[in-house]
Amino acid sequence: MTTATDLNTNCPMTFCPGCGNFGIWGALKNAAIQENWNNSNTVLVAGIGCHGHMVNFLRLNAFEGLHGRAIPVATGIKLVNHKLNVVVLTGDGDALAEGGNHFLHACRRNHDLTVLLHDNSIYGLTTGQTSPTSPDGFRSKSTPLGNPDHPLHPLSLAIAAGASFVARSFAGDILHLTETIIAATRHQGFSVVDILQPCITFNKEYTVDFYRQNIYHLDNNYNPSDKHAAFAKSLEWGPGQIPVGIIYQENRPSFESALPQLRDQPLIALEPSVKNISALYKKYQ
Amino acid sequence: MTSLPYFTFQIGGLAGQGIKSIGLMFSKIAVRSGYWTYNHNEYPSLIRGGHNVMHITVADQKITAGAMHTDFLVALNQETVNLHTPKMQSGSAVLYDTQGGIDTSPIPPGIDLFAVPTSSLAKASGGTELMENIVALGAAMALLSGNLEILNDLIKEEFADKDPGVTASNLKAAFAGYNFAKENFSSKIRISLTPKDQPETKIVVNANDTVGLASVAAGVQFVAIYPMTPVTGLLHTLAPLQEQFHFIYKQPEDEISAINMAIGASYAGARSMTATSGGGFCLMTESIGLAGMTETPLVIIEGMRAGPATGLPTWSEQSDLRLVLHGHGGEIPNIVLAAGDPEEAFHLTMEAFNLAEIYQTPVIVLIDKLICEDDQSYRPFNSGDYQINRGRLTTQKVDRYLRYQLSPDGISPRTFPGLDNYYLTNSDEHNELGYDDESAANRKSQMEKRMAKLATCTQNHLPAPQLFGPVDADLTIVSWGSNKGAILEALKSLPYVNYLHLTWISPFPTDAVSKTLAGAKKILNLETNFTGQMASLISEKTGIVLKNNLLKYDGRPLYPEEIIDYVKSQSL
Ligand SMILES: Cc1ncc(C[n+]2csc(CCOP(=O)(O)OP(=O)(O)O)c2C)c(N)n1
Ligand code: SF4
Repeated sequence: MTTATDLNTNCPMTFCPGCGNFGIWGALKNAAIQENWNNSNTVLVAGIGCHGHMVNFLRLNAFEGLHGRAIPVATGIKLVNHKLNVVVLTGDGDALAEGGNHFLHACRRNHDLTVLLHDNSIYGLTTGQTSPTSPDGFRSKSTPLGNPDHPLHPLSLAIAAGASFVARSFAGDILHLTETIIAATRHQGFSVVDILQPCITFNKEYTVDFYRQNIYHLDNNYNPSDKHAAFAKSLEWGPGQIPVGIIYQENRPSFESALPQLRDQPLIALEPSVKNISALYKKYQ
Repeated sequence: MTSLPYFTFQIGGLAGQGIKSIGLMFSKIAVRSGYWTYNHNEYPSLIRGGHNVMHITVADQKITAGAMHTDFLVALNQETVNLHTPKMQSGSAVLYDTQGGIDTSPIPPGIDLFAVPTSSLAKASGGTELMENIVALGAAMALLSGNLEILNDLIKEEFADKDPGVTASNLKAAFAGYNFAKENFSSKIRISLTPKDQPETKIVVNANDTVGLASVAAGVQFVAIYPMTPVTGLLHTLAPLQEQFHFIYKQPEDEISAINMAIGASYAGARSMTATSGGGFCLMTESIGLAGMTETPLVIIEGMRAGPATGLPTWSEQSDLRLVLHGHGGEIPNIVLAAGDPEEAFHLTMEAFNLAEIYQTPVIVLIDKLICEDDQSYRPFNSGDYQINRGRLTTQKVDRYLRYQLSPDGISPRTFPGLDNYYLTNSDEHNELGYDDESAANRKSQMEKRMAKLATCTQNHLPAPQLFGPVDADLTIVSWGSNKGAILEALKSLPYVNYLHLTWISPFPTDAVSKTLAGAKKILNLETNFTGQMASLISEKTGIVLKNNLLKYDGRPLYPEEIIDYVKSQSL
């Protein structure tokens, strides 16, 4: 079984003290221990941003590719080895700006992937520019006059595009985040977790206190299988009005489960072999 | 203007009139009758309404390029008459639809006119007007002494999975045309397609076919291609074969996704490829750097069309040589191969899969529109003793595994996730384990390790380029890509000329090229681009400046006749 020490690396920490990524780190380690993630069954795929540096601090196989391109890399991995638990670590800039197209299409295809969106509503690594989830009027280095662009609701987008598991959690609530990550990775299909992640250095609006004051937990009366209600819920945002929990979940066959080539075993379980193509020449005669 | 001694057939009509499939049928009839063919296919970037032509050159021996002239033209619309008849020689023939309102006045005197009521014969056969091309083909069979049975076989094969009524009405239409021509023009029958005794089995293929076949033969496991002319046909070849040959073809949302999916699949252990043209390649460039940096094997097929931007989407050009060579941020040891015809594309593609895994780097196979879409007849290829070589790959658990271990030949041990070997794969500069490491010493050693692959490849795999024709020639032509076919045809009329054909672009065969060119009496460089991209590469690598350049950038093929005339007129 995976233990906390199994996950340690000796890379020097690069997150700012107090960064929400510490909470995500803790929850990822909890999930890895509880779910026995190891280097035989799990691979992380990260985008570029502060969030992507996470792969240096977890002793799990990982691919840190290009800004915005984590989802297609993860898709390629999952398609050829669907037995792997493939978890994408991405940011609001990474997934929704640079990689927006991939995000949309991965949702509708319902690949069996988990996307953890480190949503700090800012570009952290490039030292503080406005992101697709920054609020109206938000002042940053790139919008000194206030953000003129209306923010995206990542979860509304995910539901509309066809993701089959959509949840929100808070980096400051490691227990809830752990539970949510586990539920997302257990879900068969495309799961998105919008993780409210304070960037203590560059985002002075969405602070730890802001989230503590404004989030509320969905209770047992909430039915996450009602798509219309879920869509409405995903649009909620405001004082005391930020819902946290599983917002939408449906049972729909994942892309991989419908592919005949993957019926018996992962594609790469068979070594590539030289194929006899002589029968194919008939068509060209 | 030189004229080559081949029989040529051309069919022209509106896009949507099935010109390409009729042309291909004609070519297969010729091939099944014992001849060799080259099909050149021209069409605009439209689905209906534009002008489409297919030109088929038929010969007794293997030919590698089409001839310019037309001996027998089937005109299904006025534009075909207007565009293609004025240059026809007397003794040639034009077959047209009597009811199509076609004005034959642009046709020069001395040309046989075969007026066939193609549309009414089509309708009388129980089909639609669309079948008039089959009527025309039937009539052409009669007029060229072709064997109607071969056409009938092709029709049966073509429509085998359709309603039997479709086959029946097409057979009827072919016979109606055949019969009409026999009855009305019996004195004008030519002998161009008389079947030969015991024709050998041949295939009619373009590189969209052969690259697909090669990928399957080489054990491809994952393919992601976003449609783009001229490589769309490649995905059409591959997609239907995926279940039978146990690979995945995935249509992605864009080219950036295509290449990143392929990188992910390769990282996870699959032989992977993608394909695109210039525009899509531009989108892929950052990811090509990613494959180089993460040392992920990847095969990329680049089918060039005339650029820039959308350019001439359905016409040919060789203007992406520099793009594929340098298209990535930073510096990587990418391997670039350029095929000269569908057969070379077949073998280079198979080799590319091995090179990608041996050197753990992107391998780009450059082809051009004329190779992608012009069919040629061949004896079926033999993949011979091809063996899959996955390079330095371990699927075992290794103690203290180092994914990016320094090594003098630049190649480190590769593995896949899920095999209990811990490592990071990182687009940031990384140390031997894969962790971020920006120290100067680490950067220098990892950079040197990666780039050493090119020297290793030069030593272990780089062949000398082929020299066609006499070793001791008065003139040496240098070229690459689809020009190969036209040059080889031209050489048949230019016995004092030889041809240096380049298929390896990176690493570049500097020594062999220097030696051949330094010894050449005169040199002529041929390219279908504006700036002479290969000439500049040759001079960069060898210091030899090529002063004679025949450059063509109108999107049209370089014809053998043009080469012969140019060489003669310049007294080269
Ligand atoms: C193609 C490309 N464009 C721009 C960048 C620069 N860049 C790196 S991270 C980043 C944005 C980071 O924001 P986000 O994805 O939200 O991640 P965070 O740092 O906030 O975790 C940008 C613009 C890049 N690396 N690559
Ligand atoms: S810049 Fe912001 S997101 Fe990045 S590590 Fe620092 S606090 Fe965290």
